[in-house]
Amino acid sequence: MADAAFLALTVITIGSAIAALELRSLIYGSIALMGTLGGIAGFFFLLDAPFVALFQLAVYVGSIAVLILFTVMLVKRELIFKKIEDKRRKFAGIGLMLVMMVALGAVFLDSGIKTITTDEPATNFRDIGTDFVTYYWPALILMGLLLTGSVTGALVLAKREDVENDQRAN
Amino acid sequence: MTNELIDFTLVSVAMLAIGIYGLAVKRNFIRMLFAVEIIINAANLNLVAFGRFLPHSGGQTLALFSIAIAAAEVAVGLSLIIVAYRMYQNVDIADFRSLKG
Repeated sequence: MADAAFLALTVITIGSAIAALELRSLIYGSIALMGTLGGIAGFFFLLDAPFVALFQLAVYVGSIAVLILFTVMLVKRELIFKKIEDKRRKFAGIGLMLVMMVALGAVFLDSGIKTITTDEPATNFRDIGTDFVTYYWPALILMGLLLTGSVTGALVLAKREDVENDQRAN
Repeated sequence: MTNELIDFTLVSVAMLAIGIYGLAVKRNFIRMLFAVEIIINAANLNLVAFGRFLPHSGGQTLALFSIAIAAAEVAVGLSLIIVAYRMYQNVDIADFRSLKG
């Protein structure tokens, strides 16, 4: 059975996920998204994975959410507060959401994972570090290259070509 | 542990469903990115939960890789948003009719 901390984190995570999609203002929406990401970090703490939780806090709440917030601020003021969605699709979307929740939830409740419990100690983060530099080292290098490539790609995409060099110098 | 694997899995299912609702209904590019983030986090939660209960260190390792790659994806996605906004002066994906650079 779940304990109180789990229930509180569930309310925070799911509530702010809905708020991130439904709040009128995109700025409040992105702050609510921060709540969702922080709630997931709390779940990682509950799962005895403090290293992943701190990584999540540093990367997601610390950088990605702030990056999204700055991008939202670059958009015109009236677009931030305008809600763009298909009214006809809204009820179909809610129906799809409920069907997915019920169907997938029923599948999981019916499956064998309901009986899985563990008394074994949690994974030590030393094991994760050892994994990274032994078995997963090609993946680690590939991930570094991918991050470099994506940052370069983002810079190339966001570069303004209509601004002349002399304007930039001024 | 008082919390069981099924609890975490059900939270993950709920977040996946919310994310798919957002992708299906919203037409705002930035909101769709929010929905993608929610779905990715549901997947990460599942990875760490299964890694805890098996128990195996692979779940946490894979979750760390997944978080790093999601950071790269967000950087590219946000720069695509900026480019599209500069071209169309809008964030409505129904307006993005052409992919011509």
